[in-house]
Amino acid sequence: MDGVAQLQKQLVDFTDSLFQEGFLDEQFNQLQQLQDESNPDFVVEVVSLFFEDSERLLNELAKALEQKTIDFRKVDAHVHQFKGSSSSIGAQRVQKVCIAFRNYCEEQNIEGCLKCLQQVKLEYSLVKNKLETLFKIEKQLIAAGGSIPT
Amino acid sequence: MGMSMESQFHVLAVDDSIIDRKLIERLLKTSSYQVTTVDSGTKALEFLGLHEDDQSNTETPSVSPNNHQEVDVNLIITDYCMPGMTGYDLLRKIKESSSLRDIPVVIMSSENVPSRISRCLEEGAEEFFLKPVRLSDVNRLRPHMMKTKLKDPKQDNEENKEESGKPVSRSLEEKEEQQQQHQQQQLHRLPQQQHSNSNKRKALEEGLSPDRTRPRYNGLTTVV
Repeated sequence: MDGVAQLQKQLVDFTDSLFQEGFLDEQFNQLQQLQDESNPDFVVEVVSLFFEDSERLLNELAKALEQKTIDFRKVDAHVHQFKGSSSSIGAQRVQKVCIAFRNYCEEQNIEGCLKCLQQVKLEYSLVKNKLETLFKIEKQLIAAGGSIPT
Repeated sequence: MGMSMESQFHVLAVDDSIIDRKLIERLLKTSSYQVTTVDSGTKALEFLGLHEDDQSNTETPSVSPNNHQEVDVNLIITDYCMPGMTGYDLLRKIKESSSLRDIPVVIMSSENVPSRISRCLEEGAEEFFLKPVRLSDVNRLRPHMMKTKLKDPKQDNEENKEESGKPVSRSLEEKEEQQQQHQQQQLHRLPQQQHSNSNKRKALEEGLSPDRTRPRYNGLTTVV
């Protein structure tokens, strides 16, 4: 029982820190609430889709910003998608960078866009890392016979 | 109306984002709705049995001879920003179709643009949800779907009153008042959209009255 209690505490503390540091927002809670016995992997599934989609978008963004003549509308369209998907899973810091990114697109500011691309790549990898850690702890907890505290 | 109220409502969800499709599907299934998701307006129309090139003749959809949609859909919820056909375009096509116009349509958008919202509502959308959509939003869908399964008995009574020669002027006045109130509500809603996002749903809710009658959607309504 000690092991389970310890893992539960680890999970709660880690999750709290993600919210406090702004990696995640309320929307992530909403996702967790949609998970139940009949859909026990819902959060992992949605987040996995987010990872796949984000990697695609980051590739598209890099390509679009490498062009000799940059099509800002295209860049903006990708960022808009990224903003939407990050908002849908509660990846707050990624979403915030996307907002700034869109402003630079509107201004057709290449420097600003390139800066944001780097920033969004960074924020994305940070939240990906955090979420993968979160899922790992959850897996350990379940393996130890515990259940995820609601 | 021997319809069983327990039979599942079927919702068609349209969104080009795979993440949002997954999310809306889960939200709808949690509310015990049957769900079909598609990734574009074009696919939505195909599913509904309407082909784009039939739009010129809305009286006789070429798909089925009996003028009924092939699949039973009780509500369509669609994203606004989609490549190709936007949610607004889809809304218009649905409202222009004699076989589909009675299906309630709800629009979702990640952007809070007052002119966009009012344009969609004016075009006939029942609700406008700001993304990310939550369970509390989905809970608002049921009354709209109930309307399609059950014709409003109140509407019948009002018409009977008019016909029987009872004080006609009063019921007409009431209807006019209702329409005026509705228009005022719509106008009042616009400034409220300037509020911060935390008020977004409240602002929308204040502007929308689920009981409002829209002459277009009540097949029984006489000219007001």
